[in-house]
Amino acid sequence: MLRWFPALTLVLFLGPVAAGLVGTWAPAFGYLPSLGGSGFSLDPWRQLLAEPGLGKSLALSLGTGFAATLISLAIVLGFLASCHGRRPVVLVRKLLAPLLAVPHVAVAIGFAFLASPSGWAARLVSPWLTGWDRPPDIATAPDPLGIALVCGLVLKEVPFLLLITLGALGQAPVDRTLAIARSLGYGPATAWAKTVLPLVWPQIRLPVFAVLAFSLSVVDMALVLAPGTPPPLAPRILRWFNDPELGRHFLAAAGASLQFLLVAGSIAVLYGGERLAARLGRRWIAAGGRGRSGRASRRAGMGAMLLVFAIGLAGILGMAIWSLARRWRWPDALPSAWTGDNWMRQAGALAWPGWTTVTVAVAAALIAIALVLGCLENEQRNGVTPGSRVLWLIYAPLLAPQIGFLFGVQVLFISAGLDGSWVALVWGHLLFVLPYVFLALADPWRRLDERYARTARCLGAAPDRVFWRIKLPMLLRPVLFALAVGFAVSVGEYLPTVFAGGGRFATLTTEAVSLASGGDRRVIGVYSFLQALLPWIGFMLAIGVPAWFYRQRRGMKVFAA
Amino acid sequence: MGTSDGALRLRGVTVSLDGQPLIAGLSLDVAPGEVATVMGPSGSGKSTLLSWICGSVDPAFAIEGRIELDGHDITGTVPEARRVGILFQDDLLFPHLSVGENLAFGIPRGVGREERRKRVADALAEAELPGFEDRDPATLSGGQRARIALMRTLLAEPKALLLDEPFSKLDAALRDRVRRFVFDHATERGLPTLLVTHDPDDAAAADGPVLEIGEGGEVEARAAGEGPPVVRKAGTI
Repeated sequence: MLRWFPALTLVLFLGPVAAGLVGTWAPAFGYLPSLGGSGFSLDPWRQLLAEPGLGKSLALSLGTGFAATLISLAIVLGFLASCHGRRPVVLVRKLLAPLLAVPHVAVAIGFAFLASPSGWAARLVSPWLTGWDRPPDIATAPDPLGIALVCGLVLKEVPFLLLITLGALGQAPVDRTLAIARSLGYGPATAWAKTVLPLVWPQIRLPVFAVLAFSLSVVDMALVLAPGTPPPLAPRILRWFNDPELGRHFLAAAGASLQFLLVAGSIAVLYGGERLAARLGRRWIAAGGRGRSGRASRRAGMGAMLLVFAIGLAGILGMAIWSLARRWRWPDALPSAWTGDNWMRQAGALAWPGWTTVTVAVAAALIAIALVLGCLENEQRNGVTPGSRVLWLIYAPLLAPQIGFLFGVQVLFISAGLDGSWVALVWGHLLFVLPYVFLALADPWRRLDERYARTARCLGAAPDRVFWRIKLPMLLRPVLFALAVGFAVSVGEYLPTVFAGGGRFATLTTEAVSLASGGDRRVIGVYSFLQALLPWIGFMLAIGVPAWFYRQRRGMKVFAA
Repeated sequence: MGTSDGALRLRGVTVSLDGQPLIAGLSLDVAPGEVATVMGPSGSGKSTLLSWICGSVDPAFAIEGRIELDGHDITGTVPEARRVGILFQDDLLFPHLSVGENLAFGIPRGVGREERRKRVADALAEAELPGFEDRDPATLSGGQRARIALMRTLLAEPKALLLDEPFSKLDAALRDRVRRFVFDHATERGLPTLLVTHDPDDAAAADGPVLEIGEGGEVEARAAGEGPPVVRKAGTI
């Protein structure tokens, strides 16, 4: 039975992605019988190209996407190169989990709370510095150039890239490599860039591509932070899909296909850039420059990283404070009157979306962990060693833009009679939960000393007993952590809920997005803080339960890292 | 098929990796209560030989030959049914279980609860660690852990014992005592025991037949008591 797990997993999770792409490209060329499109035509593309301001939308998508990716990467690499082995790395490591857990939308809303004309940042310097006695009439978040969107994306992508890079660094002989380079006279940051970065880059490349794909096609954050006239391509496509005039679906499908091409082309460009950088880098390394002591670069690297963390955490704090504010006049730095009423009043409205959010997230995470455990166990029992291509398959749903195939997934669900059902919703979330659960669990699972399992079998335990009594309990912490990762990913999903749920399900995320444009800040604060709180609770349980369970087992601390 | 005399017999064993023979044509009889030693440089395939005997060899190795234990051919049997116990360099006590639970894990299924508890208590007494049932294995000393690991293996009622350099990580003072403890128990229970080691002292203490694996995979046998074996210099690293 175990042998079927990889196939089952691929069908469950890549099947819809492939079908979704087909189901999006076909209507882009006029074929969608249920809406009266039965023949091949280029009309949708003509319609798309005739859309006013399409070029501007594209430019906005490309500009924000590349800027967010490159800035995030520069901050992460700059920080690690200049501060390797120093205290800031330890500090940032500790603060990483809370920031990583916050859903995109909550980060975006938190940033808007800080950076909008009447936001915290302006309040703190008004009126004594700026002279503003009213919120200034300038567009900051959102702003016409998409700078706020880039900031929001950077706040979310830096922790992700940092996590991936720290993981890669943990598997490479970094300290010895650095010691050799330093003893040859290289400055600390130069030594890192010339000897460590090439070691870990292969493991960072795919995540960087995923970050680019995400940034180019983000919808939920763009709805909060990007300009609206015109918006970037992805939110604009969603608008077309939501148009009550169903004929616009063909236009939307063409747009979604264009989005796919945009992402594919951009990844190709980034790949080319990487090749070029590698060639130049080789020359740079061979030239033998030793670099400086790096104090200035250390300040810059540390400053940028700490700024990201400070802004991210301040945004969450701002939401929490707003949710408890009764009166918070401009330009007070804090509310003048506090209350729990906002929470009380919203309790009824929160109940149903909150319930949907939690049940879907728990179901998707549990299914994902079962599939991943099945695949990993099959790998070990049947001696299957997956190549690096499998990793590309796992990243597929993260590399393809969501808006580029979710409409097709919806078409698939409609033809299966599943659309708008709870099952479809869970399935839609599973597509994005599964890769993260796999990435979180695969390494710790494969790293477990296989002699434990061998010993157990020689003591007379059959493979199933070894799995349940030895491997699973020993890896309880990474398993629960992966579960919490899956839960957090699901809580934050916006587009899969909109498409797979057929508009029939509201989650905290969809509610937060629809409230974000112009609602009462105290109510938005309640929704987005709760949205951020749920993943935190998940992670605290994932860390706390095994710690309590194994409080008498010192040997289990090794597995806590 | 051989007779049920409790012996471990290897017949015509050839181990190769990527077409390169590591061990060629090894045949060996280990009588009950006897400790046979296999010596050879690192990478000579001696640990692979043991994992093959207990049934958990890496499929990358191509292995031919036959294993007979107590008159039964167990070459194709699943590991949990072979009744071959193994001890590694590390004690590999399960860190999530208490000392008592570790020991109980080895006891065959179908043994009642009272009886299990009694066997665990007896094993602890035998290891000179009475009353250690609820202890966390991580709080034990190296020598204590090594003794628990042996008792856990013995509680599974093996018919043969494999030792994969189990003493090499212990410090010199402890090594002698643990070695004595393991050999005495194996002999007392009449287990055919196969020891793999680099350490000539191990082989001397085992006082049984010694096999040396050479560089080309050829196996050289020496009977018990032929003086301390010489480890070849070439290829030891």
